[in-house]
Amino acid sequence: MIDLVWLIPLFPAVGFLFNGLIGKWLDLDKRVVGSVACTALGLSFLFSILIFFSLLKLPPEARAAVPDKVLFDWIVSGDFKTVIGYKVDPLSIVMALVVSGVSFFIHVYSVGYMHDDPGFTRYFAYLNLFVFMMLTLVLANNFLLMFVGWEGVGLCSYLLIGFWFERDAPANAGKKAFVVNRVGDFGFLLGIFLIFAHLGTVGFNEVFAKAPSLDTATVTLITLMLFVGAAGKSAQIPLYVWLPDAMEGPTPVSSLIHAATMVTSGVYMIARCHLLYSMAPISMAVVAIVGAATALYAASMGLLQFDIKRVLAYSTISQLGYMFLAVGVGAFSAGIFHLMTHAFFKGLLFLGAGSVMHAMSGELDMRKMGGIWKRVPITFLTFLVATLAIAGIPGFSGFFSKDEILWQAFSSNHGHLYLWVVGAVAAGMTAFYMFRLLFVTFLGPCRASEEVKKHIHESPPIMTIPLMVLALLSVIGGYVGIPHILGGRNFFHEFLAPVLGGAPQGTEHAAFSLVRPVFASGGAAVGEGVNMELLLMGVSVAVAIIGICIAFYLYIWKTEVPKRLGERFKTIYTIVFNKYYVDEIYEVCFVNSTKKLGTFLWRRFDDGVVDRSVNLVAELMAWLGSVLRRIQTGYVQSYALGIILGAVIIIIFLIR
Amino acid sequence: MPASVTPLYFFVVSALIFAIGAAGVLIRRNAIVVFMCIEMMLSAVNLTFIAAAHYLNSLDGVLMVFFVMTVAAAEAAVGLGIFVLLFRGRKTIRVDEINLLKW
Repeated sequence: MIDLVWLIPLFPAVGFLFNGLIGKWLDLDKRVVGSVACTALGLSFLFSILIFFSLLKLPPEARAAVPDKVLFDWIVSGDFKTVIGYKVDPLSIVMALVVSGVSFFIHVYSVGYMHDDPGFTRYFAYLNLFVFMMLTLVLANNFLLMFVGWEGVGLCSYLLIGFWFERDAPANAGKKAFVVNRVGDFGFLLGIFLIFAHLGTVGFNEVFAKAPSLDTATVTLITLMLFVGAAGKSAQIPLYVWLPDAMEGPTPVSSLIHAATMVTSGVYMIARCHLLYSMAPISMAVVAIVGAATALYAASMGLLQFDIKRVLAYSTISQLGYMFLAVGVGAFSAGIFHLMTHAFFKGLLFLGAGSVMHAMSGELDMRKMGGIWKRVPITFLTFLVATLAIAGIPGFSGFFSKDEILWQAFSSNHGHLYLWVVGAVAAGMTAFYMFRLLFVTFLGPCRASEEVKKHIHESPPIMTIPLMVLALLSVIGGYVGIPHILGGRNFFHEFLAPVLGGAPQGTEHAAFSLVRPVFASGGAAVGEGVNMELLLMGVSVAVAIIGICIAFYLYIWKTEVPKRLGERFKTIYTIVFNKYYVDEIYEVCFVNSTKKLGTFLWRRFDDGVVDRSVNLVAELMAWLGSVLRRIQTGYVQSYALGIILGAVIIIIFLIR
Repeated sequence: MPASVTPLYFFVVSALIFAIGAAGVLIRRNAIVVFMCIEMMLSAVNLTFIAAAHYLNSLDGVLMVFFVMTVAAAEAAVGLGIFVLLFRGRKTIRVDEINLLKW
């Protein structure tokens, strides 16, 4: 069964080829296109589940040692050899499950959402191609194949952000995403080059086996380069600027690519390379600090936005910051855990936003909504579940994963109190802006125009069913990783342990070992670690609840207060509302100077040097031709003379 | 054939005929004469072949001669056809007046 892993990415690839070539060519019916795309994903999901269970049947230590499924040699050149091969281990199968599962539901949702779009076939072809690339990324057994997936998802992201390319904004947003990602990919590629230069291989197994022979400086450089790649793809400071603009794409795309799957690939990559990162404490610190800073910074930008999807975009950046914080403090499985729960609830939030847009005739500005919860009850309820999950309310999935990250940020060997504080503050902000979004959009008086009001309606079942499924997952998804402290068993962590190891999470084990004596003896002194964990958990939940209360106070109870506050702190308000003017600063520093350099090179170098030298050669040839053409007299006899002279010369040579 | 007649005689004769033919091709202006000069060159070659075949007791040379004659015949047909057409169009077959194919 595990040998069939190559089928998982194959199905979407077939779906892509079918829809992209035949579907477009024959102008197939939307039902056919939609069902082909969804079936492809469904099969992929099914095989992921089957392989997941065959993996579960193996004993834990054997799970990480499943031989790679190598299909064929890809590049063989001198010492360099790389294959097309897939790796099945707990980490990659979790990713495959999340990717194919969430993708499947979003595909189904898309059938309803994109129903009236003229680019329906193109949309599904791209979407299938995206899933193919994403699965290649997570299942690859070497860096180079992973890089192919990495670039492939970048391409699909570009194509889908710019899906409505006839308008300027999406086309520019796509371009921006592509260019910013290129900066990150450049770092990733340099990292791969470094690995190859020092270890002579790019296969995961070989690299990680040989990694201990590297010295710290090299590993630090490699991991920092890889992190540049991760920061680009996963929208971390300073390369996050493309993600908010990426919201110009269709909403299911924002949900799938820019919330649930693609943007998390940086986290996956770092978790995959955890051995390298564990050897480079400096890189770990950089990752953790950048992650924490991003979590706080992006959350602060989300506080004041009015565009539903933009709020969610900043929220995504912030949550990705959490994941990087987790992997940066060595809590790799916590990072992956949050990646999974985030995929559920953030995917759901975006789909919910899409459903709201559907109801509100495409409106995105939440100031023009309000009070629609009765008209769209399913959307509202599922949205509420996702909001509770992301806010970290106990009982919902986000609570378990976020809390584990915060606890690790504080307690792990690489952790620090300040990291925890930043994370907790960001958690409060998250709770605030998410409930602000919920309150302003669904509750209070309706501020839509009469025309829009009349059309408010719940989405069709094909859209609401995926919402409900994801809502269910947003609730139960967390129960696979209940902290030991709450008397649960962290199945998720145990499942990933063969790959990610328990070492960096020793504190977790330490805490675990402390639990027993506490229960046994009821002693207070030995239970310090446990009490601390409970205390921090309590604080973070309290912070979240305070955030919710403030949101309630400002947006339900005293709705005139936000305006007053905004006027009172006008400078800060303006700066935050304009996203700290980072786009403008980048525009001045990087974009304009690059454009100037481009213009300079175009005028001086391209026109002046390249074109002129080409023209010079051409002129020389023309002159030479004008001289030599005199040989062509047109008289047969002069040619005959040439032949005879030539023959004589040859004969002289031969008989000499 | 007397034994004193060595192949050299034949080769000298055929070289002379070939040289005369080549000179004619280069010098003469009347296309038909040029053409006849070409035939002369071919005949000179034929002579060499025959002589060599005789002295080497081999049929290879003879065989080649047949090929050369075939080509010459075909060439004559085509060449004369071209001259006829040329004359119709341009009222001349002097090769120094036919120099359209130039720069």
